[in-house]
Amino acid sequence: MGVEIKVGMADLNVCVSPDRICTLGLGSCVGIAVRDPVTKIGGLAHIMLPDSTTIRNNSNIPKFADTGIEELVKQVTRRGASRARLVAKIAGGAQMFGFSSNSEMVRVGERNVQATKKKLAQMRIPILAEDTGKNFGRTVIFYPETGDFVIRAVGKQEYKI
Amino acid sequence: MGEINLDSMSNEYFDVLRELGNIGAGNATTALAQMIQCKIDMSVPQVQLLEFKELGEAMGGEEVVMAGIYLAIDGDIKGSIMFLLEKKAAKHLVAKLMGMESESEDLSEMELSALQEVGNIITGAYLNSLSSITNLTIYPSVPDLTVDMAGAILSVPAIEFAALGDRMLMIQTQFFDEMVLDGYFVLIPDLDSYSKMLSALGISM
Repeated sequence: MGVEIKVGMADLNVCVSPDRICTLGLGSCVGIAVRDPVTKIGGLAHIMLPDSTTIRNNSNIPKFADTGIEELVKQVTRRGASRARLVAKIAGGAQMFGFSSNSEMVRVGERNVQATKKKLAQMRIPILAEDTGKNFGRTVIFYPETGDFVIRAVGKQEYKI
Repeated sequence: MGEINLDSMSNEYFDVLRELGNIGAGNATTALAQMIQCKIDMSVPQVQLLEFKELGEAMGGEEVVMAGIYLAIDGDIKGSIMFLLEKKAAKHLVAKLMGMESESEDLSEMELSALQEVGNIITGAYLNSLSSITNLTIYPSVPDLTVDMAGAILSVPAIEFAALGDRMLMIQTQFFDEMVLDGYFVLIPDLDSYSKMLSALGISM
């Protein structure tokens, strides 16, 4: 079955089949899984903010969608994945609270998803599936063997995309 | 006024924030005890400056289901505040408040609404004490409540901290009546408000 690699908040890691890689309790953050279907080498990033260029203190690379995705791709290709064959699945970016004040921060989930899609499009990595937005937290587990992205949420049946 | 950097905060600032947390949580406990009309003890709050990766562990796991009450604050101190309580503890508190135990695992509309009121009173007491110590005005917004995984709820304040640095300030308080109720406060002032709070207490920058 392999082992389970855990990715924390503002963190990323590489994972090779038969291992699996997960991140627990994604809220407004976005989980980005990439995979080379031939070598079955993949990886997962857990980003918190859309854009490193708008923040002064931006040395924490996995914290941002733009720099985090770049670093994830760098690490999986270094491990042996083909850059040209990479495909992605994404999840998260929920709006956990509904109130309307402080609206920029409330909408951060949506902005994280937009920034993630923009960066992946720029890097010509197709998004095969997504489960984003809405108002609930998600635990995600990615299997580089099959490309399955399993999602667990409170009060819901586990499902995969 | 100097700028505060959470990642390189001195012990002196940290002690002041710990003391503010202590007093705030004390007031919140008193308010809670009055509301459910029984004696509640409180442990000395633990103030922790945590890396984002460590957040889940600190709360007993990212997937623990918790109730989170979140509200924006405005006035001299701007930012937001969150109060988290484990779902089991939340159900217990609400049962005390309404004088009846509910059968179901989930929280009913009525229980959710009671819980929102509990959160409102607790955070209100916390902010009141902060306001009177510092002599700064704080206007809280209407609170919003969600019940979900700890990691998902905490992502909201964590993202606000993430815009400023790489760590988050969390105050953990244990309340006891017949059972231990673990509660967590997360106060998220913007950077200007940190400076204002500290200088209002006579700490020079």
